[in-house]
Amino acid sequence: MSQNFVPGQPVSVVTQRIEIQKLQHGDHLILGFSIGGGIDQDPSQNPFSEDKADKGIYVTRISAGGPADVAGLRMGDKIMQVNGWDMTMMTHDQARKRLTKKKENVVRLLVTRKSLEDAVKHSMCSYPKQIQAKPGFKD
Amino acid sequence: MDTESTHSGYSSRSGRSNRHGDRSRERHKASSSKDSSRSERSVIINPPDTPSQESPVHNGEPLPGEPTPSVDQGDDAQDDNWGETTTAVTGTSELSISQEEVVGLGKEVQDRTQGFRRYLPLAVGSVVGLLMLLTPLAFVLLPAVLWPDRLEACGAACEGLFLSISFKLLILLVAVWALFLRPSRARLPRVCVYRAFLITLTLLLTMSYWLFFGVRILDPQDEDYHGIVQFAVSLVDSQLFIHYLAVVLLELRHIKPCYSVCVIRSTDGETRHYNIGQLSIQKAALTILEYYYRDFPLHNPALLSASKHRAAKHLAGLKVYNVDATAGSTAGAQPGNGNPSRAMVTASAKRKDSAHNELYYEEADYERRVRKRRARLVVAVEEAFTHVRRMKKEDERATPSDIMDVREAALAVFPSMARALQKYLRTTRRQHCHSMESIQKHLAFCLINNMSPKAFLETYLSPGPTLQYGPERWMADQWTLVSEASVTSGLKDGSEFLLRCLDFNLAVTVKSIPYIRVTEEFIDPKSHKFLLLLQSETSV
Repeated sequence: MSQNFVPGQPVSVVTQRIEIQKLQHGDHLILGFSIGGGIDQDPSQNPFSEDKADKGIYVTRISAGGPADVAGLRMGDKIMQVNGWDMTMMTHDQARKRLTKKKENVVRLLVTRKSLEDAVKHSMCSYPKQIQAKPGFKD
Repeated sequence: MDTESTHSGYSSRSGRSNRHGDRSRERHKASSSKDSSRSERSVIINPPDTPSQESPVHNGEPLPGEPTPSVDQGDDAQDDNWGETTTAVTGTSELSISQEEVVGLGKEVQDRTQGFRRYLPLAVGSVVGLLMLLTPLAFVLLPAVLWPDRLEACGAACEGLFLSISFKLLILLVAVWALFLRPSRARLPRVCVYRAFLITLTLLLTMSYWLFFGVRILDPQDEDYHGIVQFAVSLVDSQLFIHYLAVVLLELRHIKPCYSVCVIRSTDGETRHYNIGQLSIQKAALTILEYYYRDFPLHNPALLSASKHRAAKHLAGLKVYNVDATAGSTAGAQPGNGNPSRAMVTASAKRKDSAHNELYYEEADYERRVRKRRARLVVAVEEAFTHVRRMKKEDERATPSDIMDVREAALAVFPSMARALQKYLRTTRRQHCHSMESIQKHLAFCLINNMSPKAFLETYLSPGPTLQYGPERWMADQWTLVSEASVTSGLKDGSEFLLRCLDFNLAVTVKSIPYIRVTEEFIDPKSHKFLLLLQSETSV
């Protein structure tokens, strides 16, 4: 997210892979977090995005001790991929459907957050000779 | 309750012994001359009023150079202590004045308001109107009287014209009465230019018609009666058109607002803005004065004394006498000159430091006192109003001694609030504006109209417009128009003039109303479309 988000253009960010096991809660599976955002939503109201034109899916709440929390998801993360499916150009409802597929027990998310970028920058500064940063995943 | 008590002037003003002699004498002369104008035989001495009075009354108007005081109520002694009972003390407050002096004063002042000048326009208007009315009639009647045998018979068309003349003359009569035949409401320093122009025009018209009539009709004794009647009708038409011109020049032109004037009172800075039309300066002054009497709160000189004291103190603080002579070299003199001035500045600065402090605490204290008195007054009035109630059907059987008419009811209710009201008026320095009579009258009015205690009190809580008080406060004949431009010239953007009354001025500045340009923008009603912006949060 260090670059300005331009819809349709390729974006390069530092991402983290997170694997969440779904938990059986009553008669459906839950992941333990809430999402916000989407291309049909108003991006200016998103408190977590840096660029207020960013219509991506963000994690708005994490229930403590839930599967997402345990897996390392943090509030404010932007979800780039879910199980290989791109999440940057999704409506809110489509995103919800992708995450709550009954047949899948595990979701593998690709998330990005500001602190990842900062960590990379920090390491780049400390070792100026290293031009390439720690490997990031591009799509 | 004994609300009418007389007291000697000396006993009520113990602290001001120096100026007693002059001022009380003047005041006595003033008050007595007012009564003497009514009855030239008796001279009634009214005792002077409470210490906060500062100016005498002369035949209902203040003497020049002194601010307005309280009013005498004819034969009743004006008594500000009607809220408290005081014992009557006669004595040194009576002075004798010679009859001629008193009578002379009365006559001189009366001339100013009731002169013949007030009815001069009325007289001129009636003369001209009569002339205009009689001329067409003369044109029609003279041939019939002077050479009836040679005159052609008047056919139907001609007689139709008689009908037309009579109705037009009737309309003209009513119109002239409506516009011109009124006693003027003011006396302006100069003659109105438009009126003079219109009268001249009318006379010119009438003269030229008479001339024509005399030369072409009377001399050759024309037989064409139809033509003569048509001539008379044309005269009436012309007169109606002149009247139309008069309406446009004298009335309509003044109505459309063209200038915005700002009126500032010199003593306390009260400012008002008005929109007026194209008037001459004197007419504008008249309009502004009529607004003044309606809008500006009463001028109260008693409220200005505090700032005058402060001004005096400032002046006193700056007086420094330079005893050292400025001899010697300039270099030596400069520091020498610098020191006294610096000392002067620091001395005045020190005094100024305490002056604004003083003002602040004084004003805070005054506010507090006024609010306290006001609270007591409101409670007293509300309580007083609970004692009286309008009589209903079932009360008819009550004892006759309890039933009273409004005047008695007012008199019965008044004493319980009189003291609180008087104290409040004293604190706000308005006790000279309201006499006991006027308060009782107002109370009776409020009782008749079923007003609440708050409605009754409104008159006393804030100073109302000048017209609300009696004619002695109006000073309607004391106005002087001070202007650099001629007073019959029209108002222009940037004109300024001054209206001077006895102890205050109204400064008037004129600005023209801006030329406003309004453009339009069309909005298609179908273009009002909206988007719904959501931000939902779903838990997964």
